[in-house]
Amino acid sequence: MADKNTPDEDIRIVNMNEEKHIFTMLVDNEPGVLSRVVGLFSGRGFNIDSLVVAETIDPKISRITIVTKADRPVLEQIEKQLNKLVNVIKIRDLTGPEAVKREMALICVKAKTEYRAEILRIVDIFRCQVVDVGREHYIIEVTGEAGKLEALIQLMKPMGIKKIARTGPLALIREPN
Amino acid sequence: MEMTGAQILMEVLKQEGVDTIFGFPGGAVIDIYDELAKTEIRHILVRHEQGAVHAADGYARASGGVGVCLVTSGPGATNTVTGIASAYMDSIPLVVITGQVPTHLIGNDAFQEVDIVGITRPCTKHNYLVNHVDDLAKTIKEAFHIARSGRPGPVLVDLPKDVGNATSSYEPLEEVNLKSYKPTYKPNMNQLKKIVQLIENARRPLIFAGGGVILSGASDELTRFARKTQIPVTTSLMGLGAFPGTDPLWLGMIGMHGTYRANMSTGACDLLISIGVRFDDRVTGKTDAFAAQATIVHIDIDPTSIRKNIPVAIPVVGDCKVSLDHLNKLADQTNLGDLRQKREKWLDQIEQWKSTNPLAYKQEDKIKPQYVVEKLYELTGGKAIITTEVGQNQMWAAQYYHFDRPNHFITSGGLGCMGFGLPAAIGAQLACPDKLVVDIAGDGSIQMNIQEMATAVQYCLPVKTVILNNGYLGMVRQWQELFYEKRYACTCIEHAPDFVKLAEAFGAVGLRATKPEEVESVLKEGLSVPQPVIMDFMVEKEESVYPMVPAGAPITEMLLV
Ligand SMILES: Cc1ncc(C[n+]2csc(CCOP(=O)(O)OP(=O)(O)O)c2C)c(N)n1
Ligand SMILES: [Mg+2]
Repeated sequence: MADKNTPDEDIRIVNMNEEKHIFTMLVDNEPGVLSRVVGLFSGRGFNIDSLVVAETIDPKISRITIVTKADRPVLEQIEKQLNKLVNVIKIRDLTGPEAVKREMALICVKAKTEYRAEILRIVDIFRCQVVDVGREHYIIEVTGEAGKLEALIQLMKPMGIKKIARTGPLALIREPN
Repeated sequence: MEMTGAQILMEVLKQEGVDTIFGFPGGAVIDIYDELAKTEIRHILVRHEQGAVHAADGYARASGGVGVCLVTSGPGATNTVTGIASAYMDSIPLVVITGQVPTHLIGNDAFQEVDIVGITRPCTKHNYLVNHVDDLAKTIKEAFHIARSGRPGPVLVDLPKDVGNATSSYEPLEEVNLKSYKPTYKPNMNQLKKIVQLIENARRPLIFAGGGVILSGASDELTRFARKTQIPVTTSLMGLGAFPGTDPLWLGMIGMHGTYRANMSTGACDLLISIGVRFDDRVTGKTDAFAAQATIVHIDIDPTSIRKNIPVAIPVVGDCKVSLDHLNKLADQTNLGDLRQKREKWLDQIEQWKSTNPLAYKQEDKIKPQYVVEKLYELTGGKAIITTEVGQNQMWAAQYYHFDRPNHFITSGGLGCMGFGLPAAIGAQLACPDKLVVDIAGDGSIQMNIQEMATAVQYCLPVKTVILNNGYLGMVRQWQELFYEKRYACTCIEHAPDFVKLAEAFGAVGLRATKPEEVESVLKEGLSVPQPVIMDFMVEKEESVYPMVPAGAPITEMLLV
């Protein structure tokens, strides 16, 4: 699928004034830090669409990536409030085409004999892979932008999706060429 | 040097200049108390941990330093939460040290274990659980640094019992350096220049100052700025004393129970210079209508305060004192024209608002609560440190006592926490032993931390409690009168103790006035005796606080006397 990020797809206008934004932040890798971040969202009535957390190269630092929906003034508040947390080292709004974004999903799809070939053909087209095979199912691993995952899920629906596990997006700013 | 955690704690406290700790012991902190008793640090044994935190709060506000508390785990820790939340809302620097069960028991539902770090995460500026004695010194240093710098606030340090007992080598640490915490003190000069330009062109400018001015020690700078530019000043409840209450440019407090002229000026001004405020809903009323004709400038050290509630044309992130200092210099370099002439119409208009609707009450044959506060102001020459409880008593104190100096009005503003005044007065009295400290109280609120009378008596702290005894949870009753057709559901508290006898039972002095002509003599006697005193003023029961802006209305739409 295309590597290009169209801004339209990225800043999805949710309702009248709400926009979807993706924030990424470096935080101290300590117990309780995630709770501070999440508690700030719940305590102030901000919403979290998705959340991804893991250690960085430096084991003392983690990266948190959050997708949220809000209007402009609230987005400004979210960024400032996160910045104010003592354990947040750096925060950046990565909405827009300057950043690469990827999500991942594991999809367990029913694989009856008559569909097996079709599923593998789709997997091939989407350049994803089958990571578990059974008599009655495949588990497909797919990474890409939200749109790609969405498209694959739609194609798999008719075969019968048994289970699905999705991450929210990860994002990294592109380095200058 | 090899030391135990408890000893290291004492070393760092001394290094931080701590001379007073408010606390209450228990199993998890016995070792710390054992070390504390060997130091010069004065420990004030309160009678309830909530009292310890409010006392530390009063101490911090009166002294301008950091208030320190020490309590045990479990119930000791949970009892501090209300006090911490109040200090958090009002940006008061505190370090609260809570004992915790030993590290190997954490998470086991051990005896007197609670996750106080989890509980206080949303109401502290920051908090810590110290897992290892090697981290202790650094953590305590950081706690003080975070509490007092930037926008101040309470910091909690949870200290497991075994960490206090374990040993580590201790070397005094130098400055704290946190890469993820760097408050912005220095304002953007271009923004400040824009403000001076706006002042040049404004016809109806107004300064709105808040607690941030007091916290940053910028009252003198503010006063100079206002006088130099001839701009009238209003403040929030938290800002009272930031500008002299006897200055001709003073308009009185803004907001729900603000003065007529302060609220009308806010509605009519064309330039609003807000400094060290956060636009609480009790200040703004209906936000769309707030200062609707004005270009709004907002100077604050906390970026999250800016544009949180009110759109702002000129935001300035910076320390109030540093910013005002620069503004004064810029104003000196600018020809602002003939200010008296420029301001004449505006100041005349304000004077007219003042004379048509001054703060007022009707003197009748019952004692009026406002009269008690007025008399108190008169008899103390406006020099007392006033703490308050919450409710009508608090608003009358704010309206009728006039503060010429900062750090003299100590009230639970943001949280509005009943039971604050008496322990806060104890803290303030310890910080300022030579000053007269008076808690203006309600008959309801005073019962929430009345046990601290024992603390006042034990340490010979001559705090004076003035109860405006109306037999009601008066402020709630006022809302019921105005908005619930006088259905006084559960607000009558006539079933109260005899406060005079109660004072005596604590070993303090109790006095009572039931008629207006007794007010002065009771105040005179109460203020002059060297003991703690409770003065019980039996006031008009159904007196209400005016002006009043109904919740959610524009602040220019006031109910008047
Ligand atoms: C801890 C707490 N509980 C409840 C309230 C709600 N409340 C606000 S003012 C008030 C009445 C206080 O009564 P009193 O101390 O007698 O003061 P008055 O208004 O009569 O002067 C109450 C109950 C509060 N502010 N704080
Ligand atoms: Mg009352």
